[in-house]
Amino acid sequence: MATVELKNLRKTYLTEEIIKGISLSIEEREFVVFVGPSGCGKSTLLRMIAGLEDITSGDLLIDGHRMNDVEPGKRGLAMVFQSYALYPHMNVYKNMEFGLKLSGMPEAERRAKIEHVARTLQLEPYLNHKPGQLSGGQRQRVAIGRAIVRNPKVFLFDEPLSNLDAALRGQMRVELSALHRKLGATTIYVTHDQVEAMTMADKIVVLQKGVVEQIGSPLELYHHPRNLFVARFIGSPPMNFFSAIFQGGDAAGSSVQLRDGSSLYVPVTSPGLLPGTKVTVGIRPEHVELASSGPNSGVVEVIERLGAITLVHVRMPDGEIIVVQTDGAALTDVDTRVSLTLPPHNCHLFAPDGLAFEACHRHPLAA
Amino acid sequence: MQAVLEHSPPAGATARTTKRTGFLLLSPSVLILLVWSIVPLVMTLWYSLQNYNLVDPTLHGFAGLDNYWYLLTDPDFLHSLLNTLVLVAGVLIISVGGGTLLAVLYDQEFFGRGIARIMVISPFFIMPTVSALLWKNLMLHPIYGVYSAMMRAVGLTPIDWLARFPLMTVMMIVAWEWLPFAVLILLTAVQSLDGEQREAARMDGAGPIARFRYIILPHLGRAISVVVMIETIYLLTIFAEISVTTAGGPGVASTNLAYLIYSRALLQFDVGGASAGGVVAIVIANIVAIFLVRAVARNLEA
Repeated sequence: MATVELKNLRKTYLTEEIIKGISLSIEEREFVVFVGPSGCGKSTLLRMIAGLEDITSGDLLIDGHRMNDVEPGKRGLAMVFQSYALYPHMNVYKNMEFGLKLSGMPEAERRAKIEHVARTLQLEPYLNHKPGQLSGGQRQRVAIGRAIVRNPKVFLFDEPLSNLDAALRGQMRVELSALHRKLGATTIYVTHDQVEAMTMADKIVVLQKGVVEQIGSPLELYHHPRNLFVARFIGSPPMNFFSAIFQGGDAAGSSVQLRDGSSLYVPVTSPGLLPGTKVTVGIRPEHVELASSGPNSGVVEVIERLGAITLVHVRMPDGEIIVVQTDGAALTDVDTRVSLTLPPHNCHLFAPDGLAFEACHRHPLAA
Repeated sequence: MQAVLEHSPPAGATARTTKRTGFLLLSPSVLILLVWSIVPLVMTLWYSLQNYNLVDPTLHGFAGLDNYWYLLTDPDFLHSLLNTLVLVAGVLIISVGGGTLLAVLYDQEFFGRGIARIMVISPFFIMPTVSALLWKNLMLHPIYGVYSAMMRAVGLTPIDWLARFPLMTVMMIVAWEWLPFAVLILLTAVQSLDGEQREAARMDGAGPIARFRYIILPHLGRAISVVVMIETIYLLTIFAEISVTTAGGPGVASTNLAYLIYSRALLQFDVGGASAGGVVAIVIANIVAIFLVRAVARNLEA
C-alpha cells in the first residue's frame, strides 16, 4: 500500500486556472474523499493524480516517487469511472483480464487472480456475460473487480455510485466500506454526495473553485467547519445563518446581539475583532430547539414530515427562514407561532471574511 | 369497467380492419414498384432466350440456352468476372483499411482539423465520370499529367498507368472516390466511442496500438460491416470510371461484368447475349447479397 502526496498542484486550461495550488498528503490505507459542488475541480484533481490530465505545475508523489510524467498505466493506480467504462465487446472475465494481459502476467496466474476476485465480489456466475447483460449494480462490481485484480497501490473512484438508484447506492456504499477495510488499500474517492463523504471517509477534502476549503475527518468538518462554505456544504438540511452584531469577547466566549435585540454568549474565541462588527451566526437545524413561547418567535410556514424526523420551516420577523429539525412526532402545525431556542454551545460564529471563530472546546468526536 | 369492455368491439376485429386499410393504402406504391422491377426482369429473361442482334435482323427466333452457352464458354466472360471480384475486393481493402486509419487520425486534435476533414470528404461529391476524367487527363496523363510532370522533374520516366496497369489504375480511382465515404461513416463511429473507455484502457496500461486493436477496432465492427455492405453493392456495378478511362481495355484487361454487358448490347448490338450476361449478373449480385446481409445482420444483432 502507498502514500500519495500533492505539492502545490496546479492545472491551467488555456488561460483559466482550474486547480489553484493544492497540497495534500494521504497516508497509507487512508480513505480520502474529495467533495465539493460541481465544477469545483474535484474530478480534474483526481484525473491529474490518475495521469489522464497533465499537471501544469507542482509535484505528485506516490510512495515518495515523482509521478508527474509517468504514463497512467505505470503509476500503479486503478480507477473506477462514473460510467464504469467497461469494454462492451468483452465478457466480464476478459474485462478483468485486459490489464493483466497487457502487463504480461502468465495465463494461469491471471485465471487464479480473476477467480479469486470474482468470488469476493460474487461475480462468479457472470464471468461469461457481456456488460450489456448485467444490471447497474453488477456492472459497478465488475468495474471494481477490474480495479482490484490489478492489485494497485491506490484506488481512484470518480463518482462511482451516481448512476445507481438510491437503494442500491446505500448498499454499494456499505460494500465499498467493507471492501476497503478488507483490502486496506489507499483510496481516493470523488463525490458530490455528502452522505457518501461522511459515511466512508477517513478524511474529507472540501474543494471549491480549485481551492481546498478544509481538510479533516467527517465529524471535524461537521462540528468545526473552518468557514461559511464548509458550514453550508456539510450537513443536511444545511445550516441556518443569520446576521448579528459582535459585542465583545473573552477567553471563554464571545457575545453577539441578534436582530431582535437578545444577546447570545457563544463559547468561541474572537481575537482582535472590534465590537460592533457584523458577524454571521450559524446553527444546524438539528440543534435548534422549539418552544411554545419565549424570545425569537416566528410563524411556521412549511412542515416536512419525514417519519423519523420533522423539518419545520419558521419565518422570522425579519423575513429570514430558519429550519428546525425536530422529532417525527412533533405536533407543531402550519401557521402557528413558535419560539426558537438557540443552545449557545451549538452555535458557530463567522467573521465578515467568512472564517469561523475558533471554538473554545473541541467536540470529543472531532478531536 | 366491465361494461365498457363488453361494449367495445373485439380487439381482433379492429386490428384486422386497420391492417386491411394499411394494405389498401400501400398497394398503389407496391404495385408500381413491382411493375418497375418485374417488367425489365421478365424482358431481360425473355431476350436472353432469343436470337436478337440489331446488326443482323435475319437471325431471330427462339435460341434456347445458346446465349448462355456462348457467354459462359467465352474467355472474356471469365476474365470480366475475375476483374469484377478483384475490383470489389481491392477497393474494399483500400477504402476500409485506409478509412479506418484516417478516421482514427481525424479523431485526434490537430491544427486545421475542420478544413482537413472537409477536404478528405470532398472526393465523394465529385461524380464518377468527372473524377475519372480528372485522374486520366489531369493527374496520370503521360505527357500533360501532374504526376508525369513530377516524375520528370526528378529525372524519371513517367509510367503510362492506364496502359500498363489498367485494372489497378481503375481500382485506385474508384478507391479514391469511396475512401471519403468510409472515412465519414467510420469517423462518426470513432467519435461515438465513450471517452471513459479509452481512459480505462490507458489506466489498464494499454498503449496507442493496444487501444486501437482492442478498444477502437471492436467498437468499429458494425460500422465497418455497414461500409462493406453498401460499398459492395455499388462496386459490383462500376461502369463510368471504366468507360471514361480505358473503355474496358486494353483487350478486356479492365472489363468488369457491367462493362461486358454494356459492350455486348451497345457496342456489338447483341441484345440476346447481353441479356444473358445481365441475368448472370443478377444471379451473382443476389448470391453476394445473401451472404452480405446474413453476415451484417449477425454483426448488427450482437
